[in-house]
Amino acid sequence: MNKIYKKPKYLAIFTLPTLIAYIIAFVVPFIMGLYLSFCKFKTIASAQFVGFSNYMTVFTDTRGFIRAFIFTVKIAVVGVVTTNIIAFIFALLLTRGLKGTNFYRTIFFMPNLIGGIILGYIWQLLLNGILIRLVGVDLTFKASYGYWGIIILYNWQKIGYLMIIYIAGIQNVPGDLIEAAKIDGATYMQTLKSIILPMVMSSITICTFLSLTDCFKMFDQNLALTAGAPRNQTTMLALDIFETYYNRVGFAGVGQAKAVIFTIIVFLIAMIQLRITSRKENN
Amino acid sequence: MEAKKNMSSLIIYIVLSILSVLFVIPIALVVMNSFKNKLYISTTPFELPNSTSFVGFKNYVDGLTKIHFWNSIGYSLFITVCSVALILIFCSMTSWYITRVQTKTTAFLRTLFLTSMVVPFQMVMYTMTKTANVLHLDNYIGINFLYLGFGAGMAVFMFSGFIKGIPLELEEAAMIDGCTPFSMFVRVIFPILKPITITVAILDAMWIWNDYLLPYLVIGTKYRTIPVAIQYLKGGYGSIDYGHLMATIVIALVPIVIFYFACQKYIIEGIVDGAVKG
Repeated sequence: MNKIYKKPKYLAIFTLPTLIAYIIAFVVPFIMGLYLSFCKFKTIASAQFVGFSNYMTVFTDTRGFIRAFIFTVKIAVVGVVTTNIIAFIFALLLTRGLKGTNFYRTIFFMPNLIGGIILGYIWQLLLNGILIRLVGVDLTFKASYGYWGIIILYNWQKIGYLMIIYIAGIQNVPGDLIEAAKIDGATYMQTLKSIILPMVMSSITICTFLSLTDCFKMFDQNLALTAGAPRNQTTMLALDIFETYYNRVGFAGVGQAKAVIFTIIVFLIAMIQLRITSRKENN
Repeated sequence: MEAKKNMSSLIIYIVLSILSVLFVIPIALVVMNSFKNKLYISTTPFELPNSTSFVGFKNYVDGLTKIHFWNSIGYSLFITVCSVALILIFCSMTSWYITRVQTKTTAFLRTLFLTSMVVPFQMVMYTMTKTANVLHLDNYIGINFLYLGFGAGMAVFMFSGFIKGIPLELEEAAMIDGCTPFSMFVRVIFPILKPITITVAILDAMWIWNDYLLPYLVIGTKYRTIPVAIQYLKGGYGSIDYGHLMATIVIALVPIVIFYFACQKYIIEGIVDGAVKG
């Protein structure tokens, strides 16, 4: 490339605006956050270094982070499995060459555009209505109600999204492969198992990790639908960090330590995904 | 054989139709309840409005004025449009530069920008809010600058991936014609980036429009965007007025639905693109 480009003037013109914004919004807060996780503080100016004591509190307080972690894992396991299976079935139904399937695709995808806060209140109305009619209590009565509420909401929100990715994957399966299988007398289930499934493995990997990270980072939906009720039993990780930070006096440092652990968890998931995807590409 | 095939097609249509009704019911329910008196909403949400529970547009008129919801729509629109514009302009420039000019500095910048993609917001929420306060970015103008910083990771990643695929010849020809790098970027490169620009615009517009925590923490006490206003309706008062809540949700859904049906093709393509690459 031309040498003119390398002049500092052009480096500055092209990268400085983004870089300054990035440093202010992310780099500086990230480093400060890392440091504050080892401090006790009310304001940043009054921060006192306390070593690992915040982290110790995180792991010994079983009703806080650990409970939120277990609850989040439970949401993630069931949420990932249900959304992916249902989305895959939807995708199969919509790729059978029927006319007018675009309409259904449009409808199924729509909830994905609605923000988490609004979604939460939409489902609160619906689920509370059903629960009050059937058992006479609302979502806040039992942790299991909130749990399944989040699962249902998450399915409604994400199925259309994952479905679109699966549709793209299925449409990439060469048509003549499926034709050949048909001529050889394979049933639909056999074609699905031996041809379609192996060929959409990369879509399955993408969708699994998308929904997994999504579940771990879930905040808005959790806040609007249950806000942790009853008694923080339906609090997920992100909400637990927020609550520790802003609603427990003197726990800001612990909240920041939780945030660091949370970051490590999300980072590990991303690394595992990267590993799996690059291994596939090498094969 | 043919009859059997028709039969199975019919079954699929029926199944799909039932499923789409299930997908629409929650929204229809909110719309229906937005016309009912608040007393009838939480107890009997499934009953159609009748002569005692029907209140016309009362919830809309009262709800919108009480929490200044028109202002919220204004803030949301302004912030979304400005932030997306900033991200598109500056991140496309940055991405082109760090992709085309291969030095140690640009390699470092690339890694630096991508780091934020794997860091959850909670990690920086407190310190970022404090930084924004100190620098007086805690208003509806300054917040756009924060969104530029936060959106940079994903945008740089997407733009760089696209730029790698553009042949160098075009740029070399423009350079020989005496273009400066800046005018070359504006005239030659930016137009070529159109498809990826649309994708990034859609992904970021949806993110910023629906974002709750960042605007709540940074500008939430003075300027409430739509999600913040709706959550405030719930949390700010002792008892929730479900009538107002339903009406504001319906108003908040209208722009999303219009946007979706107007550029559905781009939205679906863009989102899949983002998912597969990201």
